[in-house]
Amino acid sequence: MADNLQFDLVSPERRLASVEATEVRIPGADGDLTAMANHAPTITTLRPGIMTVVHSGGSDEYVVVGGFAEITATSVSVLAESALPRSEMTQEVFNKMMEDAHAEMQKAKTIENEPGPVDDAARLIADMVAIGTHIGLDPKQSNFG
Amino acid sequence: MPSLKDLKNRIASVKSTRKITKAMQMVAAAKLRRAQDAAEAARPYTERFNAVMAGLSQAAEGSPAAPKLLAGTGSDQTHLLIVMTAERGLCGGFNANIAKLARQHATRLKGEGKTVKVLTVGKKGRDALRRDLGELFVGHVDMTDVKRVGYADAQGIAKDVLARFDNEEFDVATIFFARFENVVSQHPTAQQIIPAKFEEVADANVSDASNTLYDYEPGEEAILADLLPRGVATQIFAALLENAASEQGARMSAMDNATRNAGEMIDDLTIEFNRSRQAVITNELIEIISGAEAL
Repeated sequence: MADNLQFDLVSPERRLASVEATEVRIPGADGDLTAMANHAPTITTLRPGIMTVVHSGGSDEYVVVGGFAEITATSVSVLAESALPRSEMTQEVFNKMMEDAHAEMQKAKTIENEPGPVDDAARLIADMVAIGTHIGLDPKQSNFG
Repeated sequence: MPSLKDLKNRIASVKSTRKITKAMQMVAAAKLRRAQDAAEAARPYTERFNAVMAGLSQAAEGSPAAPKLLAGTGSDQTHLLIVMTAERGLCGGFNANIAKLARQHATRLKGEGKTVKVLTVGKKGRDALRRDLGELFVGHVDMTDVKRVGYADAQGIAKDVLARFDNEEFDVATIFFARFENVVSQHPTAQQIIPAKFEEVADANVSDASNTLYDYEPGEEAILADLLPRGVATQIFAALLENAASEQGARMSAMDNATRNAGEMIDDLTIEFNRSRQAVITNELIEIISGAEAL
């Protein structure tokens, strides 16, 4: 049997999960990665995305936005700026998040109007749309908008 | 000497005051438990975050490319004091103590010839400092509508502070809040958040972890640049939570004292009331008896 690793998911407001997992799929800023036992110690920042935790009782999914993951040989700790179990991710919550992302974009365009922040905001929106599509929620925007 | 009627009224009024303070104490106790739970829930995040940041910043320190948030702007001329207090009073010395600490700090810095700017969070701190430091205020964050401190509130404050930092409005930022010890003691605390200082946690497990050699993805500096602004928000959030718990703790013990004092006052007044009633009766008896003897 494969070794397990201790998985912790904490957001500033609460601890969402603390389980023994066999594998954790993490949406890293530079691309997705899967952590299993004896993974090389790594710290990676997260992009908004879906994190999947596979453990003996099945698998759980969480929507995480921002933060970072600390991977060691025996544990994965994810410190997400905001995190929700997928079941709590309703269309309503998602709409709110999309709205925030668009507001960010608007602000980046009007106030700062520099390529950096605008790109960041565009990336945020793209990531949010990807989450929505993955879960099957309507991002309410066309790709050509 | 107050009349019997006056005494009766006063007893009634102190009794209703006692009822109010008692109720406030119980409300504060309930809120305190909630605030403590919230602070408890935030602790793992803050601890892990600080441990990772401590490791990261140690590596980056001294390197010329170190971000300004960590290394500072190279000067410490302008100080921003972020004073966090409650929105309400009736909580003992809570607000006054924080304001006092901030005032001392400001006086000392001014004595050293530094420029001081003050950002207040919470109405009571603003009111307390307006007279002495009013001309130094650069902003105020209103928390009246915030029922429960959320991370978003801290992010809002952090964004404001970081924007000012980017505009080079200040070099050093310090937050003032009360650290929660227990219900009877809350320590006003000053904590420097910019340039960031991360205390190495004494816990053996955590420091072991920070000694491990990590791979960083993307690069070490990119992570640091991404995490430092979050670190500001995290520290502000932790301070807000401590403050919320401290406020309720302070209010609880203040109201407990008030309730006890009201009880003592009622006892005293009741004795006085009984004495004067007795005196009135005695007087009446004397009048009757001496009237009868005169016949």
